[in-house]
Amino acid sequence: MAKTSYLQAIHQALDYEMGKDDSVFVLGEDVGKKGGVFKVTEGLQEKYGEMRCLDTPLAESNIVGTSIGAAMMGKRPVAEIQFAEYILPATNQILNEAAKIRYRSNNDWNCPMVIRSPFGGGIHGALYHSQSIETIFTSTPGLKVVVPSTPSDAKGLLISAIRDNDPVLFFEHKKAYRLLKEDVPEGEYTVPIGKADVKREGDDITVITYGLCVNYAMQAAERLSKKGYETEILDLRTIYPLDKESIIEAASKTGKVLLVTEDNLEGSVMSEVSAIVGENCLYDLDAPIMRLAGPDVPAMPYSPPMEDFFMINPDKIEAKMMELAEH
Amino acid sequence: MLDYREAGLAPDDLKEMYRTMHLARRLDERMWLLNRAGKLPFVISCQGQEATQVGAGYALDTTVDVISPYYRDLALVTHFGMTAEETMLFAFAKKGDVSSGGKQMPSHFSKKSNNIMTQGSCVATQVLHAVGASFKFKMDDEKRVALTTLGEGSSNQGDFHEGLNFVGVHKLPFICIIENNKYAISVPVELQYGADKLSDRAIGYGMHGEHIDGNDPIAVYKAVKEARERAMNGEGGTLIEAMSTRLTAHSSDDDDSYREKGELKEEDCLMRFKAYIKEHEVADDEWFETLEAEAKKIVTDATKAAENAPYPDAREALTHVYEGVNNG
Repeated sequence: MAKTSYLQAIHQALDYEMGKDDSVFVLGEDVGKKGGVFKVTEGLQEKYGEMRCLDTPLAESNIVGTSIGAAMMGKRPVAEIQFAEYILPATNQILNEAAKIRYRSNNDWNCPMVIRSPFGGGIHGALYHSQSIETIFTSTPGLKVVVPSTPSDAKGLLISAIRDNDPVLFFEHKKAYRLLKEDVPEGEYTVPIGKADVKREGDDITVITYGLCVNYAMQAAERLSKKGYETEILDLRTIYPLDKESIIEAASKTGKVLLVTEDNLEGSVMSEVSAIVGENCLYDLDAPIMRLAGPDVPAMPYSPPMEDFFMINPDKIEAKMMELAEH
Repeated sequence: MLDYREAGLAPDDLKEMYRTMHLARRLDERMWLLNRAGKLPFVISCQGQEATQVGAGYALDTTVDVISPYYRDLALVTHFGMTAEETMLFAFAKKGDVSSGGKQMPSHFSKKSNNIMTQGSCVATQVLHAVGASFKFKMDDEKRVALTTLGEGSSNQGDFHEGLNFVGVHKLPFICIIENNKYAISVPVELQYGADKLSDRAIGYGMHGEHIDGNDPIAVYKAVKEARERAMNGEGGTLIEAMSTRLTAHSSDDDDSYREKGELKEEDCLMRFKAYIKEHEVADDEWFETLEAEAKKIVTDATKAAENAPYPDAREALTHVYEGVNNG
């Protein structure tokens, strides 16, 4: 059986939910006739019609704001923002509106919508096609922010996101689209939102990460295993709200914690994970919490050496893991 | 003012419209008194815009149509079914506030059972929610319309342009009313836009545009009625600019020092409509006196009920963050 890519898994999730539930529709720039700039929505317009796979005008706040209105009236829109950077014109609608619909109406209205967007670098996308913008949204109660790390998780989490009765931001690592492939369960398959996942078990050190870095950490862990150290890898999967219990458990298990993100270091999701570990696991720790992240520069540069310098890769993770293991 | 028969209205319709305009005015006035007496922290007014709001509401089918209002729309939401007591509970931030459970500032109206969409304070965001609702109606071939309102100041926001453009593309069953009261807090229209008429923007969005006297509830009714008919016939959305009057300061925290006093009363839509009704012998002084007494009782009862109602429990601050999940 052919392996399913991360991109195909996302496509399958959309197709499955659109086939199952008439209230689900997809909208965004170029998602219809072209099937999306990455081809995630390819064929959906032919199958479900122009209205249910809608090519929108180039106006992100409109994409999100109209999705909110349709969701309040009982639809389940899945909006695509073409690149994560382009979500910024829609942040008012996301942070001030979608996130607060249920709370501010005291549970009278709700907003069951998903916003999908490709993020992350390593694809020669430079400053405005490489960013990790997730922290803009990871301090806003009312939102859920999901980042899948494997094709199976991408399918299961997206189906869960579409069925969720609150707004979910679903960030897909664009380098993972065609890089990651595996057997993905067919048909009905869900992965719970809000639950982190142990992707690898080990007793020596713990790596906590999400997105494409999970795959890189897995590669690094295999190499480290040959050097005698076994790594526990916790994939956050949902980066807001965080699964505190799993974080505490994973950190306490080995007492040595490395937190990895492709985002800039300061104020990243890992800053919060670090606080959770610091508050709850101090007496279980055998080494200071270590973090590996992108440098604190505005965004990822274009020229290959500078892009590589910014990006996380298995080598960088392995080096940090070794440093921690030998602490 | 427009002849009511020309708009297809009957004498009883005028009385019904006046009743709602009048109740909203008296509620609003009472809230200012309560504010000045130190009982309400904040008031933001509908006064002077009741004609636009009730004229519009009266042209809609409240059982199926949906409104995405803005903070001045007390008369519109009253027409759609927000009760006087609910308005006062909201103003006092008491338990039983249907709009927000005491979470929002007053006048951020919401009531799902009456088709009133919830709103925030960042102006013009509500436009897109009405556009989204109208997109749903078109998708599902439902005979309904979504109406949104905003001030002329808010019509400069990106969400207004983005949303109306989308309505034009898909000919959605949508009506937007700019309640042009000529001030964005203190900034006059001369500093807000260079166009002669904001309704002319409709041309750029590919929809019908109309500039009307917002102090005339009959003219507003006629314009919205026709807009609704166009929407039902698949002819798309309408942008209505209703020239209106803000009789009060922007809010209870504003002193209105930046504009001349006195001239506004001549543009009071409630007094104007009352004169019109009397002139056309639709109702006599006795009817108005009875109505005044009724409204006074409704407003007083609502105020007492709200004053006597308990506050929400402090820990309700943690409720309804997500479905079935409270936080903290």
